[in-house]
Amino acid sequence: MQPTAGITPSTLSVKDLPWQVEWNKDTCTLCGRCTSVCPVSAIELAVHRKRVVETTTGLLQKPKNAYSVFHGIRQRTDAAYACIGCAMCTMVCPNNAIRPMRLDEGTTLRFHNNRGGHARTRGGRRNAPDSLLDQIKFIRISMLTDPALDAGRHEFELRTLLGRVLPPEQGLKAFQENGWVPAVREIYPLVIGSMSFGALSPNMWEGLQMGVAYLNEELGMPVRMCTGEGGCPPRLLRSRFLKYVILQIASGYFGWDEILHAIPQMKEDPCAIEIKYGQGAKPGDGGLLMWHKVNKLIASIRGVPPGVSLPSPPTHQTQYSIEESVAKMIQSMSMAWGFRVPVYPKISATTTSRAVLNNLVRNPYAAGLAIDGEDGGTGAAYNVSMNHMGHPIASNIRDCYHDLVQQGCQNEIPLIAGGGIGKNGNLAHNAAALIMLGASMVQVGKYVMQAGAGCVGSEIDRCNICNLGRCPKGITSQDPRVYRRLDPEKVAERVVDFYLAFDTELRKIFAPLGRSTSLPVGMSDALGIANRDAADRLGIQYVV
Amino acid sequence: MCRLFALTSTEPVSPMVAINALNVMKEGHDGSGVGLYLSGLSGPFAEHPEYPILSGIFTEKGLKRLDGIMDDLGFRPFHSVSIIKSSPPVGTPKRGVYLARAYEPPKAWADLPEAERTAQLVQARVAIRQQGEAERDMMAFSFWPGVVMIKEVGDPLTVGEYLGLDRPDLHARRILCQGRQNTNYAINLYACHPFFIEGVCTMTNGENTAFIPIREYLSSRNVPGYMGYQSDSEVFTHIMHFTHYKLGLPVEAYKHVITPLSDAEMAGHPDRDMLARLKVLCRKMIIDGPNCVIGCLPDGTMFMAQDRKKLRPGVVGGKPGMYAFSSELCGLDAAIPDRDKTLDFQPMHLDTAYVRPECQEVTICSQLQALPRQR
Repeated sequence: MQPTAGITPSTLSVKDLPWQVEWNKDTCTLCGRCTSVCPVSAIELAVHRKRVVETTTGLLQKPKNAYSVFHGIRQRTDAAYACIGCAMCTMVCPNNAIRPMRLDEGTTLRFHNNRGGHARTRGGRRNAPDSLLDQIKFIRISMLTDPALDAGRHEFELRTLLGRVLPPEQGLKAFQENGWVPAVREIYPLVIGSMSFGALSPNMWEGLQMGVAYLNEELGMPVRMCTGEGGCPPRLLRSRFLKYVILQIASGYFGWDEILHAIPQMKEDPCAIEIKYGQGAKPGDGGLLMWHKVNKLIASIRGVPPGVSLPSPPTHQTQYSIEESVAKMIQSMSMAWGFRVPVYPKISATTTSRAVLNNLVRNPYAAGLAIDGEDGGTGAAYNVSMNHMGHPIASNIRDCYHDLVQQGCQNEIPLIAGGGIGKNGNLAHNAAALIMLGASMVQVGKYVMQAGAGCVGSEIDRCNICNLGRCPKGITSQDPRVYRRLDPEKVAERVVDFYLAFDTELRKIFAPLGRSTSLPVGMSDALGIANRDAADRLGIQYVV
Repeated sequence: MCRLFALTSTEPVSPMVAINALNVMKEGHDGSGVGLYLSGLSGPFAEHPEYPILSGIFTEKGLKRLDGIMDDLGFRPFHSVSIIKSSPPVGTPKRGVYLARAYEPPKAWADLPEAERTAQLVQARVAIRQQGEAERDMMAFSFWPGVVMIKEVGDPLTVGEYLGLDRPDLHARRILCQGRQNTNYAINLYACHPFFIEGVCTMTNGENTAFIPIREYLSSRNVPGYMGYQSDSEVFTHIMHFTHYKLGLPVEAYKHVITPLSDAEMAGHPDRDMLARLKVLCRKMIIDGPNCVIGCLPDGTMFMAQDRKKLRPGVVGGKPGMYAFSSELCGLDAAIPDRDKTLDFQPMHLDTAYVRPECQEVTICSQLQALPRQR
């Protein structure tokens, strides 16, 4: 800082920032790649002036100043340009001469990221590394009383049902009388959760779709992907691959004009329709696609003008009650596809989840309930919504499952759990724990971005600029100069890789529990936790 | 692992034949309990086969309470087998009266529809059991025409001799008998196999790893007899009951409920559509083994089915007039030594073996075969 510069309340030093850029002058080649790749321009090329006092021995000559300059980078301390820790600079540096380091006491920025009265918005997650799911252990191991199964050699049916399953007596009667039965899909229990075309870049979406198609067609794994609220590319709507897609409709109805007009030309029914009422990352808040990301392509798929922000309302505007929202909308969507497609709502986890569920139980057309917990991710939301709004998924799913058991409807109306599954990398473990707590399947989004495309976001407020369209990996950017970094083929490969690894890990969990021929939904006797309160709350064993 | 032995015969046989067969399989059970199901009885019980027989164990006080309860229901005692013993063998507690009592139903009984009659019998048994649990003075194992059940803790042979089960009025045409290996659960008489509900009786060995979700599902069916579950094997009986009574499906369909075919196996099946539907509808009742289930249906058909991976032993064999289902060959050899051993059959992962009450042959039904036509 120049001595004449004023110190304002928002004048920050590097020490006030959570991410500090360490740069090594000796190894830097001054290639400039780091400054050009930085998505938030946190570093700039700089000329540093240096003074050296030269003193000679003896008294004949007086010490003198030697002035020199050297070139390098400088970290900007303006709150708007604070380093986000994405470490793209490190990635592109030929000599590893630069890297961001996290400084936990660098908290001053938190008080100054509301310039102009605008509360902080960002993408990402709750930024809470702790996970109750991670604490759950699988404690019922088959050994001598019953032989453990062989994860490598026994047959496994790791599939679940999406759709309303009738009680056996009723379903068999309908079969004998050729009566109507609700559509039920047998799918893989790990679903790629709703991330819209728009929130994700075209390359990311294409990569996911290719990965899903490969898993289905080459590996026989019935993996499904939900579109999120952003419509669906017209060619996909008219292709046979539509059957691998869950179409989402939300309060903005973006893209639904295109979808409805494509119905007569559809070769296949979609897997299901998800009606989004809430999202775990920002409960009670609508979707948001910032204007930066609404380019021509996105605008045409969504049926909106380009360059405008697209906020979905927090609720479906034309509807005013649960009967309206749930019953009529499910009915309408079912009718659009001749009652051949399962239709289910998605809500944020909340203390009112059970009321919604109980309403659905009485609705024969409701195909399930997706519940998204507080640890869910988002492309854009207010910081406060993401950090402090929402309900943990574990107890919400458990309560809902218990309600279903009370009514004798467990597994007849599947519960789909989402939010923070695999947040610390333990995808199969977290998914298995939720299934044993009562979920019929799980949805994941962030994990897919992290494992499938190398998203650098983590639970310590790293990167989190999905909302700005400047995703350094090209995952959530709509700028071709950025998203061309992402090769869709490689994304597809990674999706296949992590699905196969997940499948192996799931077998490695289920086999020692003695389960292989059906998904152990509600097998709570296998779960334990070293936390008495959590054990009591979830109705699982307390083990120490 | 528990050892199982079942026998079906055209002529009444002493229960000790089955208990002796269990005894030769002694290495496989730890003597922690024995359970017996007897039907097709001879002697006085056969005089009125339509009279329901209450089986259980009662203290003196419990017996008095029982008389009051049955009196209120309008049932009059017709014939009783009461076994009272004072000095039990080591490991067997001293109890009151081992009772099997046939009752003459009230007059209005004959006019009731069958479903109503069976429902009342189950309700009466459940009520006696629940009241007995409160006061610890009554245990009721079955209340059904032509069926006697006995359960006790201890070594099967010792208990059989102690109770004097060789008496003629307990000779039966169909016997299910289990020697218990007490593994997970405390010794509780209600946890002893076989389990019985409305004419359906089964016994199982092995662990049922899917027990908790299946128990939760069955408990929520609102069927009065779906309770207890002191053993994880009780769900097999209730699933058979559900298959038989609620779904109206034959014995061949039972394995399609508990261990459905894989999609590949189902692809070429003549009943593919129905089985695919059944697999979806009954997914909650899929078991994962390791289990061998032996049971008897209300019409006297006796069957054996294995889990999907066939992780438990089990053999069926015999001769026209008498067939037996056994955990091990040595049990079968002990009971029916003079059979054609080349016809012995060990049901595999897709098979259900059953013998109709006429006892003329063993029928093997593979899940890959068509189901019998529904009437």
